[in-house]
Amino acid sequence: MNNKPIYMDYSATTPVDKRVAEVMMKYLTMDGDFGNSGSRSHYYGWQAEDAVDKARKQVADLVGADPKEIVWTSGATESDNLAIKGVAQFYQKKGKHIITLKTEHKAVLDTCRQLEREGFELTYLDPDSNGILNLDVLKNAIREDTTLVTIMHVNNEIGVIQDIEAIGNLCREHKVYFHVDAAQSAGKVEIDLSKLPVDLMSFSAHKIYGPKGIGALYVRRKPRVRIESQMHGGGQERGMRSGTLAVHQIVGMGEAFAVAKEQMADDIQRITKLKDRLVAGFSDMEEVVINGDLHQRYPGIMNISYNYVEGESLMMAISDIAVSSGSACTSASLEPSYVLRALGLSDELAHSSIRFSIGRFTTEEDIDRAIDLVRSKVEKLRALSPLWDMYKEGIDLSKVEWAAH
Amino acid sequence: MAYGEKVMDHYENPRNVGVLDKDDQSVGTGMVGAPACGDVMRLQIKVDEKGVIEDAKFKTYGCGSAIASSSLLTEWVKGKTLDEASQIKNSDIAEELALPPVKVHCSVLAEDAIKAAIADLKSKS
Repeated sequence: MNNKPIYMDYSATTPVDKRVAEVMMKYLTMDGDFGNSGSRSHYYGWQAEDAVDKARKQVADLVGADPKEIVWTSGATESDNLAIKGVAQFYQKKGKHIITLKTEHKAVLDTCRQLEREGFELTYLDPDSNGILNLDVLKNAIREDTTLVTIMHVNNEIGVIQDIEAIGNLCREHKVYFHVDAAQSAGKVEIDLSKLPVDLMSFSAHKIYGPKGIGALYVRRKPRVRIESQMHGGGQERGMRSGTLAVHQIVGMGEAFAVAKEQMADDIQRITKLKDRLVAGFSDMEEVVINGDLHQRYPGIMNISYNYVEGESLMMAISDIAVSSGSACTSASLEPSYVLRALGLSDELAHSSIRFSIGRFTTEEDIDRAIDLVRSKVEKLRALSPLWDMYKEGIDLSKVEWAAH
Repeated sequence: MAYGEKVMDHYENPRNVGVLDKDDQSVGTGMVGAPACGDVMRLQIKVDEKGVIEDAKFKTYGCGSAIASSSLLTEWVKGKTLDEASQIKNSDIAEELALPPVKVHCSVLAEDAIKAAIADLKSKS
């Protein structure tokens, strides 16, 4: 395709940074370091092991961890599974109650559902309408038999940042382990695990210009957290995650995290400016709502509802930009985004949302193009929308009796 | 998901978008669907003295397939008697637009809309 759409879906995935791809290529072929890092008896193994050690340090350095606290996984989904099931199972004699948030990623929520089927008790907390977890709500949910709280850092759909320091302190006070899904925040928001009261943290490479298929789990050593392994075999990663290490993926993740450490301040400054430009572009439009807290957020993820316009038809109209929608009309369920519903959004607003996620390679021209396109198409679709007519006539849509199907 | 050519055509150039006077005795209005499900269709028909549909207008909140289904429907019903119009099946619409299975409900909604518009018109006489 010659005229590729403008990419504004960085929270789905990011392109691999060229610097990262170049490093990865050195760990695949005969003339590179292709060895198995577990081969302790020869040169090829040692080279691979050195590369893995370096990457482990690069990942640890970005987040203020000790390299020994980093366990390689296949991605944030596996990290979430390993952390949550691992702690739940290891400490089940102490208790079988786990607390999470309704706006978590499916990798967390579905893992929790599985534990429920295995006899654990789960509490799914509601965030406030701005997407932020209220500490009192969490405090009231913690019980004698609670072993784990799992709350994400940056939300993948709406970009709000949870106060993981305060949540972690509360968990420490009650002697409850605390896991954080940081797939969307590592390299984008400051994380210093040498100070943060967090016991386990999930990372992904492909959300921060690294390759897909590789992630890591931070497992704190002091005070020590124990987890039941979920993958059994050769005992790699100190028994926590067996399997031959994917050296080329690992060096890619290491390089991506090293680049992120170097560029984070610049990236955030640029992305904040672009976000402001995007928001300003819609500020004079009627019935446009930014979902999630306006201040406690990562600026690279903006979820905006264009009321009375259905998200999927809007996405279709703006196919020159690659974004995602909170409307799930594409799935069989017809249910709008569970994250937006958890904020208490009306069905219309939830169905009318577009997620713009901007990143390292987004330009001002991209933003301007997106604004022009969205504005004109929203106008067109509102002219087509019976709901917009009703709104203009002053009819309260929540009081209409719909013939649901 | 990729859309079929006919869906794209109706979506890009929707036919008969608009509003008829719902209080007119010769106008029937059908409003179906719900915002919760992500689609709401309003279909209006106007009949002449002989009971033939002389005009049809629609507005739809929904995905591209829902918009295309209602646009196509307005084309089909014009010139038809109420009896003929009530014979239109959702499967005809789905077939004409080559809707994938997950989008068949859009054509069902269109069939509901024309039935509701006819019922509204009949309730006026």
